[in-house]
Amino acid sequence: MWDDAPRSRTQGVVRHIAKFLSSLGWCMHITVEALSDFPSVLCRREGRADLVRQLYTTGIRTLPVVTVVSLFIGMILALQVGLELRRFNQEIYLGAAVMISLMREMGPFACGICFAACVGSAIAAELGTMKVNDEIAALEIMSISPIRFLAAPRIMALVVMAPLVAFYCIVVGAMGGGVVGVTQLGVNFTQYMASAMSIADTKDLYVGLLKATLFGLTVGGVSVAEGLGTTMGAMGVGKSTQRSVIVNFLLILMFGYMVTRAFYD
Amino acid sequence: MTDGALISFENVTKKFNGTAVLDGLSFDVVKGEILAIAGPSGTGKSVTLKHLVRLLTPTSGRIVFDGVDVASCDSKTLAKVRDRIGYLFQGGALLAWMTVADNVALPLRECTNLSDDEIDARVAKALEDVELSEAAGRYPAEISGGMQKRAGLARAIVRESDVILYDEPTSGLDPVTSVTINNLIRRLNKKLGITSVVVTHDLLGALAIADRILLLKDGRVVECSTPKDFVDSPNRDVREFLAATKGQAI
Repeated sequence: MWDDAPRSRTQGVVRHIAKFLSSLGWCMHITVEALSDFPSVLCRREGRADLVRQLYTTGIRTLPVVTVVSLFIGMILALQVGLELRRFNQEIYLGAAVMISLMREMGPFACGICFAACVGSAIAAELGTMKVNDEIAALEIMSISPIRFLAAPRIMALVVMAPLVAFYCIVVGAMGGGVVGVTQLGVNFTQYMASAMSIADTKDLYVGLLKATLFGLTVGGVSVAEGLGTTMGAMGVGKSTQRSVIVNFLLILMFGYMVTRAFYD
Repeated sequence: MTDGALISFENVTKKFNGTAVLDGLSFDVVKGEILAIAGPSGTGKSVTLKHLVRLLTPTSGRIVFDGVDVASCDSKTLAKVRDRIGYLFQGGALLAWMTVADNVALPLRECTNLSDDEIDARVAKALEDVELSEAAGRYPAEISGGMQKRAGLARAIVRESDVILYDEPTSGLDPVTSVTINNLIRRLNKKLGITSVVVTHDLLGALAIADRILLLKDGRVVECSTPKDFVDSPNRDVREFLAATKGQAI
């Protein structure tokens, strides 16, 4: 960004702040440009083929991890809430408590962290490696926009898959909660499911899926920006990958709170 | 600026964190010639090449390509300039998930309206030009470093560029493959009339193929002359570089 070294400590601090704001702007720029390139992904034959490949990577290949994570989240939720409910002889509400937690927060959250850890880190590492190997520069010289060619299909796949995977998390989590309810808390499974379905509100589901979509977009934008911004060889790839996971986790928590605040205040 | 110059570097300076990598660099590349840029590591050879396609922008100075100031032109003009330039990166810079043929076809598929048949024909010709037809269906990881460079070269020529920039085309290759690549550069220059700028450590290769050799040291031009004049140059840096090359060759 600057060709010369900072002349004073103050200038150094100002430059750090400017760099942070610049990287934020870079991330938003990539996300917006990739969103505007979604139609071109669908219009080009190669774009559609790449999208299918990314949908498979994002959705199908993360399913084992997503299944285990959401199953255990459901089981933990059921155990913690169930033990408290048992003190008041209210175990019949276990299904409702687990379901509402999963739909509003934990389902989208599980999807978001799995995407950040499994997909986002892989995107940052892949694009970072391409950057240090001059493959991104080669695309630029061929007048092929790396954002249209590489970022758009990846971000689109995350945005499409996020609500589907989040819904899957909710279902698997609810099953996990049911298993704990039946085996450890003595709750009848039919009763558990009836309680869960009685509380399941479409608004909760929609807000949950909206959150997941936002998480998908966030993971895509941040990971692509980190990958394309990689410098300094293999060490830079490692740093970009690490940074993408950290930033994604933080943003998932922050955006999760903001959406909850917006819809449930 | 020399008459007939296609590319002109005019007093170009590039600083990284206050350190000048290019320091008032000025030279021209004449249409149809092979200019080899030689010099020790870290003298700004690759940086020079990257400025020509605006992968880097200069701190000061101008880079002119066929009358267009590359450093300050708008993105549409830059795209037109880049359409006329092929670039061979050190490692080939092939996309790992595509076959060699798909890599070569990429710029045509993405940036032209050619039919599949036309694209296939041009890809086949480009691969034939670099003697790589047999590897068309293989992935980059399945071929050798030299073959990857030739595939990168096929991708650079498939658009029928006016200029090809070679970044260390023979680095990391065995002597036999290096000679093959050097011959290929010379043949493409003669056969297709492509202007070539070759950044290289390989002075022997440069002497064999280049019309002119430019020696860079500390981001400045030390010498720029024909291979014969270069060898006979009394310049101390040139003598040192030649002596080091002879030592390596022995």
